[in-house]
Amino acid sequence: MKQTKTLKVDYLARVEGEGGMTVKMSGDKVTEVRLNIFEPPRFFEAFLKGRSYKEVPDITSRICGICPIAYQSSSIQAMEQILGIEVNEQVRTLRRLMYCGEWIESHALHMFMLHAPDFLGYQDAIELAKDHPDEVKLGLFLKKTGNDLVNLVGGREIHPINMRVGGFYKLPTKAELNSLLDNLKKARDGSIKAIEFLATLEMPSLERDYEFVALRHESEYPIDSGRIISNKGIDIDISQFESHFTESHVEHSTSLHSKVIERGNYHVGPLARFNLNFDRLPLSIQSLAKSVGLEPECKNPFKSILIRGIELLYSFEESIRIIEQYERPDEAYVVHEPKAGVGYGCTEAPRGICWHRYEITDDGSVATARIVPPTSQNQGTIEDDLRQFVSENINMPEDDLTWRCEQAIRNYDPCISCSCHYLKLKFEQV
Amino acid sequence: MGNQFRSDDSVGVLIARELANNKDPNYDIVEHQGDGATLMDLWSGFDNVIIIDAVSSGSEPGNIFRLDANEQKIPTEFFNYSTHAFSVAEAVEMARTLGTLPKQMILYGIEGQNFSNGTELTEPVRQSMQTIIEEIILSL
Repeated sequence: MKQTKTLKVDYLARVEGEGGMTVKMSGDKVTEVRLNIFEPPRFFEAFLKGRSYKEVPDITSRICGICPIAYQSSSIQAMEQILGIEVNEQVRTLRRLMYCGEWIESHALHMFMLHAPDFLGYQDAIELAKDHPDEVKLGLFLKKTGNDLVNLVGGREIHPINMRVGGFYKLPTKAELNSLLDNLKKARDGSIKAIEFLATLEMPSLERDYEFVALRHESEYPIDSGRIISNKGIDIDISQFESHFTESHVEHSTSLHSKVIERGNYHVGPLARFNLNFDRLPLSIQSLAKSVGLEPECKNPFKSILIRGIELLYSFEESIRIIEQYERPDEAYVVHEPKAGVGYGCTEAPRGICWHRYEITDDGSVATARIVPPTSQNQGTIEDDLRQFVSENINMPEDDLTWRCEQAIRNYDPCISCSCHYLKLKFEQV
Repeated sequence: MGNQFRSDDSVGVLIARELANNKDPNYDIVEHQGDGATLMDLWSGFDNVIIIDAVSSGSEPGNIFRLDANEQKIPTEFFNYSTHAFSVAEAVEMARTLGTLPKQMILYGIEGQNFSNGTELTEPVRQSMQTIIEEIILSL
């Protein structure tokens, strides 16, 4: 009889929300991998029905405390499409600035507090801080600059309230934005130190032939707009998402699994963005990336921590550029009337594309809403990563293997709360 | 600390608002929703800090826990938020490790009974709220 084993993590730490993991093995074969998501479903799409289109960005921002701007931005994009609103370039770049703030907050928190301890063998960031206080202080400083950006442009740090359909409620002055510049420049230099530190980390080996999916903009690194593309031939307007991607329910998860209809699981997030948009990074950042061994096509998901560092540096440079070029528009928002229609929104949340579709009626009430968050899109891919990693390391001691599996899950910085609009780890030898 | 729309979870915020009514210029009052990393920024530069939050430890509703951060480790399961990766307890322990803990820091935890949607406190928590307000005013 073959020896069977189960590796289990009942309750995953250092992720957002509630989930776990089970990996079952029989002999040298992995027989089952489950990313268990038991965060209660949150029914946002259902309770958006009947609400005014104006309320939607404030309601969707409540889906996540880490990436509220992604939800606000995608829903606003959809509403503005329906209403035929085109915001002026300064308002659009101000929104991009706030979105950079969210990338900074989210990436800095994940890289230093949640993921770096895995690479260095520490139980948590507090243990890490005992041996690497300067790096942890740097991480906290970088995160703070993101918070300050969101606070100023968004009105508050968590669930910001200043962005609305048509523009903003209140526009910051040039002087207010300029007050952030000194710290942003220090943080930009700090993020280069952070990349140098992350480049010293030992990367576990794993390479997979992913289908990477990300936005692609005609000239910019993708944050707030673009077409949806993949390295396996997808190149569509965001309104065509439902023709190429499908969501289904699996028993062990309160979050839906999303797949490419023709090919199956796919990968969204920093690795996908980087691989599909390397040429959209400034040349100086491309060179820095190459100098630490990063260039497309990077297929090792563990290197996502380093790519977050690259995106962090980009976010600082982009923020500085936007602030230096900012001229306060005369009007904070475009005055408009409600009208019926269907609209689509898709932006790059820190964890990957966040796709929305809304149908609104003549009086501006929401008739239907559909939200596809990044973590639900990555769930199948996370399970595939675990299956391959455990298969390739089946003789690794159980504790080490469990550790590496948790680390592999955190490559995706999964936001369980979002996906249920989901983590615990469970290994079984069966 | 707390969510004002989650019944007993709002007790920390309600205490802060009551204390703000006293308009004592000697202390600053800040309402905060959760993120521990931001919390470390908020107390930066202050020598004497009091954090007030609801807890769910399984004890009697209304129980008051008073922890001196300078004298004891704060149990991470105590002030925990399932949807926040970096909790209040972790912020305190991180600050202790980095040598940035304020000279005096007291954490008040009030055992909550009802954390569902709503804006009303349960009676045991409301009573404890008054006790803590009086204790804090006397201590300042």
